[in-house]
Amino acid sequence: MTVERFTVDQVQRYARHIILPGIGGPGQRKLLDASVLVIGAGGLGSPTALYLAAAGVGRLGIVDFDAVDLSNLQRQILHTNSDVGRSKVASAVEHLRAINPSIEVVGHEELLFSTNVFETFEPYDVIVDGTDNFPVRYLVNDATQFMGKPLVYGSIYQFEGQATVFQPGQETPCYRCLFPTPPPPGTVPSCAEGGVFGVLPGVIGSIQATEAIKLITGEGDTLEGRLLLYDALDMSFQEVKIRWDADCPVCGKEPTITELIDYEAFCGVPARPE
Amino acid sequence: MPVQVKLPTILRKHAGGEPRVSAEGGTLREVLQDLEARYPGVTKNVFSEDGGLHRFINVYVNDEDVRYLGALETEVREGDTVSILPAVAGGERSTASPRMRKDEAPLG
Repeated sequence: MTVERFTVDQVQRYARHIILPGIGGPGQRKLLDASVLVIGAGGLGSPTALYLAAAGVGRLGIVDFDAVDLSNLQRQILHTNSDVGRSKVASAVEHLRAINPSIEVVGHEELLFSTNVFETFEPYDVIVDGTDNFPVRYLVNDATQFMGKPLVYGSIYQFEGQATVFQPGQETPCYRCLFPTPPPPGTVPSCAEGGVFGVLPGVIGSIQATEAIKLITGEGDTLEGRLLLYDALDMSFQEVKIRWDADCPVCGKEPTITELIDYEAFCGVPARPE
Repeated sequence: MPVQVKLPTILRKHAGGEPRVSAEGGTLREVLQDLEARYPGVTKNVFSEDGGLHRFINVYVNDEDVRYLGALETEVREGDTVSILPAVAGGERSTASPRMRKDEAPLG
């Protein structure tokens, strides 16, 4: 087996990984050869993308469509005060390249739809979900299931967060096994309405980065089959099981959904203009 | 038999802000009924119209989803923890979001 040598810069930059049992030279090589797409350059996506860039993930993509707002800076640590008003993707790409100029950073300034999700996901090994809304969450779940790509899931609300890994495969659960149907519109407030503790996405996003790295290096046990619940006020972590649902319409024994659907209609929210 | 019920943030307003409360019952149904009697409104979004559990709110006895146990008839014992977990969508509001447009109202 021939292993591509590290450059001098890489040996220095990744020295603490290369000497770390459980990552080492082979693990660092896998990271350099890997590609991860982070959906959202926001609260969750900021720490996830920063750590993945620093870790040397060879190609790091980031999807967003919004501009940086002053109210983002309380938690979205990818952006700075001088970025207010700029495209989040442009800001994210610049800061990620500043942390690690030796990796490829790809900005995807777009909304995700059924029509572009396959094309956007195709070049990536691992998908990290930091979205805030149910239509995109189900879209991302279904697309990763159909494409057989692992999905690192994270979600936050006020002082509580959740994280897990969905790994498509034989009798493994997906997001629909966890929550088969979205809540009716109006029953679940958004962070914009309910507020969010600024450090919370830092904790959950860092857990997502951890799981993405473990998926790439193959070391350790990921959160697959387990939903990690974090409560910042209690400072407690709890785990519950996520079972594969044999009746799941996407990953069950007899799937009834075999292609992407209209996710706004599914979630009972108005359609988006493309 | 008293069991501990762990409430998600979104339901704590019904219980004076408490993250954990006690309720009594031998089955999950009895525990939830007792919980509702103690903290009116707390289970309003847990039950569906047909009296079952909503599919966008998960209930766990210890670490097991009650959908894979006995649903509302799941037996609970003293010392068990019942956790109520609604689907939450928090994360990046602007991300490829169908609701990101400034001219639209936020979700909910």
